[in-house]
Amino acid sequence: MSEPLIELRNITFTYPGAPQPVFQDFNFQFLPGNHIGLTGPNGCGKTTLLHLIMGLLRPQTGSIIIFGKEVKKEKDFVEVRQKVGLLFQNADDQLFCPTVLEDVAFGPLNLGKPPTEAIGIAKETMARLGLTGFEDRVTYKLSGGEKKLVSLATVLAMEPQLLLLDEPTAGLDDNTKDRLIHILKHLDIAYMIVSHEHDFLNHTVGQCCHVHGHCCQPITT
Amino acid sequence: MSGIEEPFSEGASLAHRLDPRGKIVVAALFAVLMAVSKSYAATLAGLALALLWLALARLPVKQVIVRLLVVNSFIFFLWLVLPLTYPGDAVWRLGPLTATRQGLLFTGLITLKSNAIIIGLIALIATVPVVTLGQAMHNLRLPDKLCHLLLFTYRYLYVFEQEFHRLVQAMKIRGFQPRTNLHTYRSYAYLAAMLLVRSYDRADRVYQAMLCRGFHGRFYSLRTFSWQRRDGIFMAASLLAMAALLYLEWRMPTFP
Repeated sequence: MSEPLIELRNITFTYPGAPQPVFQDFNFQFLPGNHIGLTGPNGCGKTTLLHLIMGLLRPQTGSIIIFGKEVKKEKDFVEVRQKVGLLFQNADDQLFCPTVLEDVAFGPLNLGKPPTEAIGIAKETMARLGLTGFEDRVTYKLSGGEKKLVSLATVLAMEPQLLLLDEPTAGLDDNTKDRLIHILKHLDIAYMIVSHEHDFLNHTVGQCCHVHGHCCQPITT
Repeated sequence: MSGIEEPFSEGASLAHRLDPRGKIVVAALFAVLMAVSKSYAATLAGLALALLWLALARLPVKQVIVRLLVVNSFIFFLWLVLPLTYPGDAVWRLGPLTATRQGLLFTGLITLKSNAIIIGLIALIATVPVVTLGQAMHNLRLPDKLCHLLLFTYRYLYVFEQEFHRLVQAMKIRGFQPRTNLHTYRSYAYLAAMLLVRSYDRADRVYQAMLCRGFHGRFYSLRTFSWQRRDGIFMAASLLAMAALLYLEWRMPTFP
C-alpha cells in the first residue's frame, strides 16, 4: 500500500470558547490518486478539517503528517501550502488583486517565479479553464460563476499536487457546475471535495465519506 | 451596481494617456508649491496652469463643476469666519461684527489656492484609475505599505459597500423605517457593529487565502509602464511652468 498523502492522527480540536470539541481522537488518511467527497451536516467539521490540513487552524493535540512529513510549525505549513491548493467557499475571500491576471499570477510569483514566467503560467491555467480573455477583467466585477472559476485558476496556477475544494458548487448555475465537473474530471491530481450536492459528487469523486467527530466514515453505495 | 465610481478615470485624452508616474510627480510638486504660495500673482498663474491641464484632460465640464462645488462648500465656511476674525483695517461693519480688508484678501487667496490644487488633482490624478495609481506609486518606489493600503482599501470598499447594502436591505424587508426613537438608534448601532465585525472576519479570511497561496509579506507588481516622448515633454513643460510660478512668488508682492 502506498504512503498516504495526508494523515491525521488522534487529532483533538476545539474552537476557542466552544463547549464541544469538533474533533476528538480524530483519525483520517488520504491516499494518492484518490478523489473523495466529504459530506455531513452543517457544523460537523468539514471546513475545519480542510483548514487543519492547511495549517490555518492548529489542533490542540495529535499530529498531522503531509507527504510523509509531520507538520507542526508555521514554517512547515508554508511548504504544505505550496503543494496543496485550497479553494475557499467564498470567492470574494480568495480574489483580492485588481485584475484577474494579477490574481492568478499571485501564487506563482510567491513561489519565486519571474514575472514573465508567472504571466505565462497564469495565461496557460486560464486557457485550461476556458477563461482566455479575462486577463484584464476586474475581479470584483465578475459574476458569481466567473469568480468561482477564476478562484480555481488562482489555486491551480500554483500547480498543486493535491486540491481541496470547499463547497465549490454553492450558488452556481447548472452550466457552471457542468464546467466545473468537466474541469475536475480532467485534472490528474488527487482532490477532496466538501459538498452537500450528491449529484455533483457522483460525477466527480469515487468515494464519499461522512465526517464525524472521530473519523471520516466511508459511505458505501 | 455600485455607488463608488471613478467617472474621471476613463477617457482617451492626452492627459489620460500620459504616464501616471510623471503625472503623480508633477501633481505632488504643484500641490506643495500652491500650498506654500503667498502671492496672488503666483496663485493666479497656478490656477491658470491647472486649468490648462484640465483642458488637456477634456473632462465633462458639468461633472467637474459639481465636484468643485462640493469642495467650495467647505471653503464657504471660511468666508463666514475668516474675514470677521482676521485683524486689519475695517471695511464693513454690522453691529459687533467687523470684516477686515486683510481678512477678505486672505480668504480669497485660500479659495484660489484650494481651487488650483483641486483642479490640478482632478486633471492629473483623477484621470488615473485607482488601481493604476497604486501600481505607479509602487513603481515610483513609494513605501510598499502605502501602496497596498491604497489598493486594498479600494478593493474592499466595494465588498463592504455591498455588505452594507445587504444589511440595509435585510432591515428594510422586515419593515424597518428610520424614526427618531431608541429602536432606530439601536438598529443603526447594530448595523455599524455588524459591518465592523464582518469586515474584520473578512480581512481574516482574505489573509488566510493569501497564506494558502504562498504569501510571505511581499507583493509583486506585474504592471510595467513605458515612458514616452510626450511624457518627457509634459514633464519638462510642467516643471518649467512651475519654475515660472516660483519666480513670480519670489518677485511679486506676497501676502500679507
